[in-house]
Amino acid sequence: MAERSASAAIVGVAESDEIGNVPGKSALQLHAEAAFNALEDAGLSKADVDGLFTAGYSTYDTGEYLGISPRYTDSTSVGGSSFVIHVGHAAAAIAAGRCEVALITHGQAGRSARAPVVRDAGLPIAQYESPYGIIGQPIAYSMAASRYMHRYGEDRTRQALAEIAVATRKWAVLNPKAMMREPLSFDDYHDSRWISYPFHLLDCCIVTDAGAAVVVTSAERARSLPKEPVWVLGAAEHHDHAGISQMGDLTLTPAHVTGPAALAEAGVTHDDIDLAMIYDSFTYTVLVTLESLGYCGPGEGPDFVADQRTAPGGDFPMNTSGGGLSYTHPGMYGIFLVVEAVRQLRGEAGARQVEDVRLSLVNGTGGSLSSTGTIVLGVG
Amino acid sequence: MAEAYDRPLPVPQPESDFYWEKAKAHELWLRHCNGCGRTYFYPRDICPHCFSRETEWAQASGRGTLHAFGIVHRGPTPAFRDHVPYIVALVDLEEGARMPTTLVGVEPDPAHVRIGMALEVTFDDVTEAITLPRFRPAT
Repeated sequence: MAERSASAAIVGVAESDEIGNVPGKSALQLHAEAAFNALEDAGLSKADVDGLFTAGYSTYDTGEYLGISPRYTDSTSVGGSSFVIHVGHAAAAIAAGRCEVALITHGQAGRSARAPVVRDAGLPIAQYESPYGIIGQPIAYSMAASRYMHRYGEDRTRQALAEIAVATRKWAVLNPKAMMREPLSFDDYHDSRWISYPFHLLDCCIVTDAGAAVVVTSAERARSLPKEPVWVLGAAEHHDHAGISQMGDLTLTPAHVTGPAALAEAGVTHDDIDLAMIYDSFTYTVLVTLESLGYCGPGEGPDFVADQRTAPGGDFPMNTSGGGLSYTHPGMYGIFLVVEAVRQLRGEAGARQVEDVRLSLVNGTGGSLSSTGTIVLGVG
Repeated sequence: MAEAYDRPLPVPQPESDFYWEKAKAHELWLRHCNGCGRTYFYPRDICPHCFSRETEWAQASGRGTLHAFGIVHRGPTPAFRDHVPYIVALVDLEEGARMPTTLVGVEPDPAHVRIGMALEVTFDDVTEAITLPRFRPAT
């Protein structure tokens, strides 16, 4: 195979010093630690950064805190997918000569924040959903899952959700940074309490404190750095609603646009991908996203994930960090998908390393299945 | 109302004052587009489908079917924790729009909640100022 390259590469990734239950740190502290660690991983310094990206906060807030005054700034904030979308934006900005070293940061004290995040009471979601107690993603996503079950069968859907929860935990057991490292049985899944039917507790991501950062730079600069560049081969983004009540088809996410587009830009197909990193805010998010991305047809997801196919040793390795379900999920999770994909592509994933990973597809999902960003990353 | 209402209330906006005023009168009104002929939720002046400005208020029948639901067992905020379990729902209205709501008059048990079931609007005067349209099984 010819050497892969692209106009931009990921050259640094890291989490904050600690992730999980970190009551002693603010969200911005988590941003800063992750930024420090990712720049160190890249072999670059703060002075090299001229492009700044974040979501949740404005980049002028993170820029001030970090002491970075960029010439390219992007606070695209469309939920947990944002940071995957930022990778595509960074590659485009670098290709256009608008910046050379892009720093994407994230930090959230999802468990331990001392002040709640206040939302605009005038937004339609606040006006038409919140008064009914349709608040927060477990409730929104559970409604979507009920529609899927109605359409494609309750028992086989339930089995698929359990398969995903159990398989993902097996990966987390292998990741020292994961919060949930006790093995999980199918009985544990089925016996866990209801959060919002059809979701059990173990259909839902954990809630953690965590930060992460990603450094993207030009092909030329990347080749001068100590670690192997991870090329950004394709990227696409899409959103089609904000509130769950405005989602046209609850069984199809915006990944039906971003999956095919990112693969086409990379010039590869589903079968070429060695590792899938699929945002797992909920078990259902994975099921509906695999179908939306085109890995299988509508309603075929339960067959696709059957028999622990996505677990260690299975022929479709997925969410090898342990995912949002078992590794970490501070509120917006997308950047952690990128961190794990890069580690796997570099061969730095330790006990959970998948053999010979050359291409990874990363799909972030944000809001109420509202937005997705898909990127294809590769080495070699 | 014996106790103060402690759950979130809508803050009507200029484009939705009419919707909430009609709800208070126990009527459900939607926005209808004369450009493309579609009725949509939530109310806004310019049609989200065809971007026509030729839109107007139209009274809905209040009838629809259940599109999707969840049975909430863990209240999302402290104010809801005394009210679980409750059934959140998306309802396909006869006019073609879909709206979020909660179901009343149905056991919060999956055996009693069926997607596709016929529903009709009912009005819950939660405060003196605000009435929430909810849905119950059609009679």
